[in-house]
Amino acid sequence: MRVSLFITCYNDALFPETGKAVVKVLERLGHAIEFRPEQTCCGQMHWNTGYLREAVPIIRHFVKVYQDAETVVVPSSSCVAMMRDHYLKAAEMDGDAKLAADVEALLPRIYEFSEFLVRKLGIEDVGAVYPHRVTYHASCHSMRSLHLGDIPIRLLKQVRGLSLEPVQDVQECCGFGGTFAIKNADVSSAMLADKVRNVLNTGAEVCTAVDNSCLMHIYGSLHRQRTFVKTAHLAEILASSGDEAAATSGAGA
Amino acid sequence: MSEADTRETPVEVREIAWHSREFPEAAKDLLEQTQMRRNVRHATNVIQNKRNKVAGELPDWEELREAGSEVRAHVLRHLDYYLTEFEKNCTAAGGHVHWASDAAEANRIILGLIQKHQAKEVIKIKTMTSEEIGLNANLAHHGIRATETDLAELIIQMGKDRPSHFVVPALHKNRQQIRAMFQREMNLPELGTEPVDLATAARNYLREKFLKVKVAVSGANFLIADTGGVCLVESEGNGRMCLTLPDVLISIVGIEKVIPSFRDLEILLQTLPRSATGERMNPYNSTWCGVHAGDGPKEFHVVLLDNGRSPILADDEASQTLKCIRCAACLNVCPVYHQTGGHAYESVYAGPIGAILTPQLQTMEKGRSLPYASSLCGACYEVCPVKINIPEVLIHLRGKVVRQDQATLGGKLSLWNIGMQSAAFLFSDAQRLEMAERVGRVGQKVFVSKNGFIESLPLMLSGWTQTRDLKAMPEQSFREWWAKEKAPKQGKGSHA
Repeated sequence: MRVSLFITCYNDALFPETGKAVVKVLERLGHAIEFRPEQTCCGQMHWNTGYLREAVPIIRHFVKVYQDAETVVVPSSSCVAMMRDHYLKAAEMDGDAKLAADVEALLPRIYEFSEFLVRKLGIEDVGAVYPHRVTYHASCHSMRSLHLGDIPIRLLKQVRGLSLEPVQDVQECCGFGGTFAIKNADVSSAMLADKVRNVLNTGAEVCTAVDNSCLMHIYGSLHRQRTFVKTAHLAEILASSGDEAAATSGAGA
Repeated sequence: MSEADTRETPVEVREIAWHSREFPEAAKDLLEQTQMRRNVRHATNVIQNKRNKVAGELPDWEELREAGSEVRAHVLRHLDYYLTEFEKNCTAAGGHVHWASDAAEANRIILGLIQKHQAKEVIKIKTMTSEEIGLNANLAHHGIRATETDLAELIIQMGKDRPSHFVVPALHKNRQQIRAMFQREMNLPELGTEPVDLATAARNYLREKFLKVKVAVSGANFLIADTGGVCLVESEGNGRMCLTLPDVLISIVGIEKVIPSFRDLEILLQTLPRSATGERMNPYNSTWCGVHAGDGPKEFHVVLLDNGRSPILADDEASQTLKCIRCAACLNVCPVYHQTGGHAYESVYAGPIGAILTPQLQTMEKGRSLPYASSLCGACYEVCPVKINIPEVLIHLRGKVVRQDQATLGGKLSLWNIGMQSAAFLFSDAQRLEMAERVGRVGQKVFVSKNGFIESLPLMLSGWTQTRDLKAMPEQSFREWWAKEKAPKQGKGSHA
């Protein structure tokens, strides 16, 4: 299968290791990966902050770049949620019937990374080795928009050497929420404090998720407090063969 | 007669939004109130656990949510029809129906009815619509004393407090705080701390009112169009007293509360109590229809309140807001509400539903910060028994706020607007984005500490670094890595 990687804007700039890990895992599974350099952003930040009109050209650009792709894989559940939950509405709001039709044609070929592995490829064991104690943070969009359920957990359970520590109040938001973290910095910080306390209580050395945005937020506090607990995108754990020097290479290291 | 009995209710004119402050500012104060936050967290946890248990035991819970959603959406599409049906059938059963376009008109109607009966005192069943129109304060202004008979509302009234939750309005208070207030206000220095002690004190205080006061004011959960009936559910029996003992009953109800038929209660009376208080059924379910000689009130009035609801109906994106049946499940599950409690919203309607309802009822003049008082985590939508997609409406309202801002010069020149416009320009083209990434890598150096982290940022970005470090952008972006390492091996470096 020819897989087109949509890295997402913030992974491109801030977490390139996540993209490399996705490439490594998928190539290991025998898939040809392409990267379309014309790609930019899904438009989520603008849309969710209320800059709806401004999001439309970004959405249109995304659809144009990927409309002939066989399969698009995205290592970010919130970006996929943006596409599934809002793209059609954006096209309708803009009165662009062609864009709406293109969106409808494209959406079924877009997958979040872990969803692609388990739902599309039917694979849970990707041959990874990661000898660390890990806790899984279920991001809001992965649970409530993509309904990933236990998909990431199933993938983690197959990783050699990994011990999985469940976190209390797993369903509760970490407080990131995009620009919410800035506009409502105090409330966001209070939510983050609860989340980080729960993460630390697990005793895990690494917190993972399918979204680097949450991990950037959680790690922001873990690092500020010098807890020396790391974060790593799920793809980085699945790409690991156990001989890496550091526990992580992505969001947290 | 206790001292509290003769105490004047303070005159205070309220609006739906009490705001003088924006949400982030109000929240900052509330976050400091550790006792309140602990009370809120405890109470919402208890209700939420009960709710999850009783919702989970119904195999058709999701179907019930869907059915409830469809009933409510159907009503809103044909609201004119169902309201006139209700009016016709309620009138035929001996009730009187009044239409109030706004809070002032509703107050005038209710005041007129009370004055017609020369009443100086009314008893009330917990009603958010009366809170919405500031009824108590207005009655007090005209020398009429309103006594809340719901225990939590009584606590709020006695403490000159405001509700922080529209199902359990005093959940921000704990038992010790309530006991201290009862001791003071009811003149009961020996009062114990057990729930039964507090309930007994309130019962003795209220029993006298039930037997003496001739006019009652209620809200309603549902208006039933095909019978002209009114449905009200409650937990304490105070409602049943108010609905049956006085001579005159006045129910003030939002126009959106109508449902087509008695049959529809089959759905909504399964989902409402489970969502609201985690009960399979409310302890008291009252439905009544007009007046009956020798049974209940001699005179019954319904005041249908618009007060900003009609314009919401006209907004296709947001009209689902009016499907709400006021269960408050969205408050109990909201991580923002968990932190701040209800007072941070500075609004009669708090929590996620308040964040979308208040700004609309206020035609976005007030409460502009409320649509942003959410991380869009979606927990509210997941529990809503009538499937209001609250995150979607929040985003829609944020869009309106942005448009309003952009219509002013100050808004156009705001850092937010300039930042978002610039980002939109960069995100529409890969070459621009790549250039911005390069500029960012150089520009960030001013802020990066020796340890490779950004620990302090200026202006609005300081909100991030007040509690969070940010790892500096690495030297090579993914796209640069791909172009260097992968593309040459694949020939063209791009897709065909």
